[in-house]
Amino acid sequence: MENLLQQLLNGVTWGSIYALIALGYTMVYGVLKLINFAHGEVYMVGAMTGYYAAHAFGVAGAPSIAGLVAVMLASMIVCALLGALIERVAYRPLRNAGRLAPLITAIGVSLLLQNLGQIVFGADPKFFPALVRSEELVRVGGIAISNIQATVLATAVVLMAGLQYVVRRTRFGRAMRAVSHDAPAAALMGVPVGPVILGTFVLGSILAAAAGILVGLSNPKIDPLMGLMPGLKAFVAAVLGGIGSVPGAMAGGLLLGVIETLVTGYLSSTYRDAIAFLILVLILLVRPTGLFGAPQTEKV
Amino acid sequence: MRVRAWLIGGGAIAALVALDWLAPRALNPYYVTILSRIGIAVIAAVSLQLVNGFTGQFSIGHAGFMAIGAYASAALSVYAGAALLDAASQIAPLGFARLLYFPLVLAFGGLVAAVSGIVVAVPALRLRGDYLAIATLGAGEIIRIAILNIDAVGGARGFSLASPAHPAIDLRFESLGGVFGVALVTIAVIARLVYAGGGLAFRAVREDETAAESIGIATTRVKVEAFLVASFFAGVAGALFAHSEGYIHTNSFGFVRSFELVAFVVLGGLGSLSGAIIAAATLTALPELLRGFGDWRMVLYSVLLIATMVLRPQGLLGQRELWPLARMTRGGAK
Amino acid sequence: MRGARLAGAVCAALLVLACGGGERPANAIVVGHFASMTGDTATFGRSADQGMRMAIEKINAAGGALGRPIWLITEDDRSVTEEARTAAQKLIQRDQVVALLGEVASSRSLAAAPEAQRAQVPMISPGSTNPKVTEVGDYIFRACFIDPFQGAVMARFAIDELKAKRLAILFDFKQDYSVGLAEFFRETATKLGAEIVADERYTSGDIEFRAQLTTIRAAKPDAIFVPGYYTEVGLIAQQARELGIEVPLLGGDGWDSERTLEIGGANVEGYYFSTHYAADSDSPRVQAFVAEFKDKYGATPDGMAALGYDSALILADALARAGSTSGPALRDAIAATSDFEGVSGKITMDAQRNARKDAVVLKIDGGKFRYHRTVSAE
Repeated sequence: MENLLQQLLNGVTWGSIYALIALGYTMVYGVLKLINFAHGEVYMVGAMTGYYAAHAFGVAGAPSIAGLVAVMLASMIVCALLGALIERVAYRPLRNAGRLAPLITAIGVSLLLQNLGQIVFGADPKFFPALVRSEELVRVGGIAISNIQATVLATAVVLMAGLQYVVRRTRFGRAMRAVSHDAPAAALMGVPVGPVILGTFVLGSILAAAAGILVGLSNPKIDPLMGLMPGLKAFVAAVLGGIGSVPGAMAGGLLLGVIETLVTGYLSSTYRDAIAFLILVLILLVRPTGLFGAPQTEKV
Repeated sequence: MRVRAWLIGGGAIAALVALDWLAPRALNPYYVTILSRIGIAVIAAVSLQLVNGFTGQFSIGHAGFMAIGAYASAALSVYAGAALLDAASQIAPLGFARLLYFPLVLAFGGLVAAVSGIVVAVPALRLRGDYLAIATLGAGEIIRIAILNIDAVGGARGFSLASPAHPAIDLRFESLGGVFGVALVTIAVIARLVYAGGGLAFRAVREDETAAESIGIATTRVKVEAFLVASFFAGVAGALFAHSEGYIHTNSFGFVRSFELVAFVVLGGLGSLSGAIIAAATLTALPELLRGFGDWRMVLYSVLLIATMVLRPQGLLGQRELWPLARMTRGGAK
Repeated sequence: MRGARLAGAVCAALLVLACGGGERPANAIVVGHFASMTGDTATFGRSADQGMRMAIEKINAAGGALGRPIWLITEDDRSVTEEARTAAQKLIQRDQVVALLGEVASSRSLAAAPEAQRAQVPMISPGSTNPKVTEVGDYIFRACFIDPFQGAVMARFAIDELKAKRLAILFDFKQDYSVGLAEFFRETATKLGAEIVADERYTSGDIEFRAQLTTIRAAKPDAIFVPGYYTEVGLIAQQARELGIEVPLLGGDGWDSERTLEIGGANVEGYYFSTHYAADSDSPRVQAFVAEFKDKYGATPDGMAALGYDSALILADALARAGSTSGPALRDAIAATSDFEGVSGKITMDAQRNARKDAVVLKIDGGKFRYHRTVSAE
C-alpha cells in the first residue's frame, strides 16, 4: 500500500510538470484553435535560461529560496518574450489562413528552436545546479517526500491556482474566455482580440518556463532536445483533459503522470513513451473532446 | 496510341538500364548515393502528396509507413531471402536470381506497409484536421517505438542487412536504374489515380468533405484508398532505402523524417505532383552537396517552411503541374 | 565559471586547429578513431582520444611505426548508435584508414564492426565489454575484459564482501553493454545463492527513475546493481537518496568518468564499481602514465584514457610485428599480441580476440575514486 502511495506521489509530482506545460497548449488552442507545437521548446528555453541565470547570479553553488525565485523570474521573463515573439512573427500573419498553414508553421518553429538550441547551447547535456538541497524532507509511514518534490508540487499548485484566478476572476481572463468561445462575437463586443491572444501566449510561456525550472530541480539533466517528448506528452495530456479546457489540462497532466509512473513501476518502462501516444489514439477514438471538453458540432 | 505507349515504355526501360550501367562507372559513388536518396525521397513525397495534397487529409506520421516497409523487407531478406538466393544461385547465376528477387522484396515491404496503412486509416478516418494530424503523429511514434523494441530486427542497435548464415550473399540493391524505375512507376500510378477517371473524387473530398458526401461520393472509401496507396508506396520507398543503405535504424524514421516529407509536399505545393518531385529532389540534394551544413540543415528547412507559409502558402506550384500529367494519363478534367 | 568555459572553448578550438589543421605527413600511417566526443557519453570518447593521442605522440617521437609517423583522425559519433557506423564508414572510405580504434560503448562498436569486417580493416575497441562485439568477425579485437567476467566480479563482491543476500538490478535496456552486464551479474549472483528481489529497467536518455526506484525500495534489497552509463547513474543516485534508499549502489566500468562524481556529488559517496584500472595504483608504470597524462592534459586519466592509450600502443606494436599495413597481416599481428605490458594490465589476445585482464573495484570515497581491490582473471 505504501508503495502505491509513493508511486502516486511520484506520479503526481511528475504529472504536475506535464500539467504546467499542457496549460499553455490548451489556452492557445482555446483562443486560436492552433496547436502550438513550439511550446515544448519554450519549456526547454526556460530550463536553459534557468541554467545560465543560476550561473550568472552566482547562486549555482549555494542552494537558497531567494536564488530559486530569482532564477525562476528571469526564466519567466525570457520565455514570455519568446512566446510573444513566436506569436508575432509566426502566427499572427497567418491569423486568417485556415487551419493547415499555422499547423505547419508551428511544427517549423518547433524544429527551428530545437536546432538553433543545439547550435547556441551546444548539443551536450548540461546539469542544472542544485538550487534546492536534495534531501529527504519527511517520511510519513514509508513514503518519502524530498525537499525537491515538495518544492515542485508546491510551486505547481501555486501557479495553477494563480492561473485559475486569472482565468476566472480577472477581466483579462474573461476576455480570454470570450475569445475562446467565439472570437468574432467577442471582437464585436469590443474585446481587443489581438492583445488577448498575445497575453495568452505570454501566460502559457510563463508556466512553461516554471515547468522548465522545476524539471531542472528534480531531474537536473537538460539539453536542447529536452522539450520534444515532454511537449508531445503534455499535448496528449491537454487532449486527454479536453483541449481548450483549463481544468482539463491540469487533470490531464496529473493523470498522464500518474499513469506513466504506475505502468513503469508495476509493469515495465519499456513502453513508457508509447503510453502517451496510445492514450492519445484511444482518446481520439473514444472521446475526442477529452474528459472535460464539450462535444463539438461541425457547421456545414 | 498503343504503339506510342509501348514505345515510350520501352524507351524508358532502355534509358533506365543504360543509367544503371553508366552511373557507377561515370560518377563518384558519393553522387550515386545522393541520386539514389533523391529517388527514394521522390517516391515517399509523391505518396504523401496523394493523402495530404490531393485528398486533403493531413498526415504527419508518414515515416512510420516507410519504417514498416524498410524493416519488413529487411527482415524478409535476412531471414528468408538470403537462404532463397543461396539456393537459387545453385541452379542459376546469382545476378539473375537477384533480379527476380528484389522486385518481390520491395512489393513485400509495400504490402506490409499498406496493411498497416489500413490499420491506421480506419480509426483515423473519423477525425478531421488537427485531430487527424495528431493521430497520425501518434501512430508514427507508436510504430517507431514498437519496432525499436523488437530485438529480432536489431532494436536499439539497428538492423544490418547481412545474414550470418549466408555471409556470401549480398542483400543490398544499389541500382540507380531500379530506384528511378520505381519512382517513375509510382508517379505514373498516382498521377493516373488522381487525374484519370474517378480521380476528381479525391479532390472533392479535399475541398469539402461534407458536400462530397452529400453528392454521393463514398468519402470513406476514397480516404481509405488514398491511405492504402500512399502507405504502399511509402513502404516501397522504405524497402528501397533499407536495401540500398544495408543498415537501418528507427532513428531514420522518426518525426523529423515525417516532417521532412511534409515539407517536401507543402513547399512544392499541396496538390502538385511535380511540385512535390522538385521539392523532394532539391531539398534532398542541397544539404548533401553543401557539406559542413550539418546542424544548420534543419534550421534551413524550418526557416524555409515558415517563410513559405507566411509569404507564399501555396508553395512553389500550388495545385498546378509542371508537366501535362493530366493529359499524359489520358483523362482528367483539369 | 563562464570565463573558464570560454577559455575551454578557445582551447578546444585551438586543439582542433592543431590536430585537424596540422599538416598530415605524406607517408603517415592513417588510423581512424570513431568516438563519442559529444553527447551523453562524451567523456568516454574524449578520454580515450586523449589516451590515444598521448600514446601516438610518444610513438612518433621514437620514430613512428615502420619508420612512418602515425596520424590519427577522430570522427565524432555524438553518442548516437547509428552515427558510429557512419563515422566508421567515413574513416574507412573517405580517409582510407589502415585500422580503426573504437568504440567504448558496446552498442556503437556493434553498429560499426560489420563495416570494419566487411572492409577488412582491423578494429580494436578500447573499452567495449559486451562479448558480441568480437563475435562479429576476425578483424574485430578489444583491449579490455568482457562482461561475463565483469558481471561475476561485482556479483562476487556484493555477496562476499558486502554480505548481500538480496540484490536488485536497474539496467539500461537500450544499451547492449548494460543488458549484457546485468545478465551476467544475475547469472553469477543466483549461482552463488543470492536472491534477485527486483529487476527494473530504464532507457538511456531517461531522466526520471523514481517509479523504478520505488519498486526496488519496496523489495528491500541489500544492494542495487546499476550497470549503466555515468549520466543516468548520477541522476539515479540523487533520486535514490531522495527516496530514502540507503543501501549501496554498485556499478560497472560505465561509471568510470569524472562526471559520475560531478553529477552524483554527495549522492554517490560510498558506492563501488568495477573498472579496468585505478589511477591511484602504486604500480610504477601506472604512476608514470598518470603523471605524464596530468602534465599534458591537466586531469587524472580515467579507465577509458588508459584503455585508449593501451590500444594505440598495441596497434603500433602489431604494425611493427606485421611489417606492413595490409589488413590481413595487421590482423594476424594483433591476434598474436601476447603478454603486452599496458598501463591497464598485461594484455594477451585470446582465441576470441578478447584480452584477458584483471579488474579493479573502486570505491567512491571523499569525492574521489579510490582503489579498493583487484580481481584477477582466473
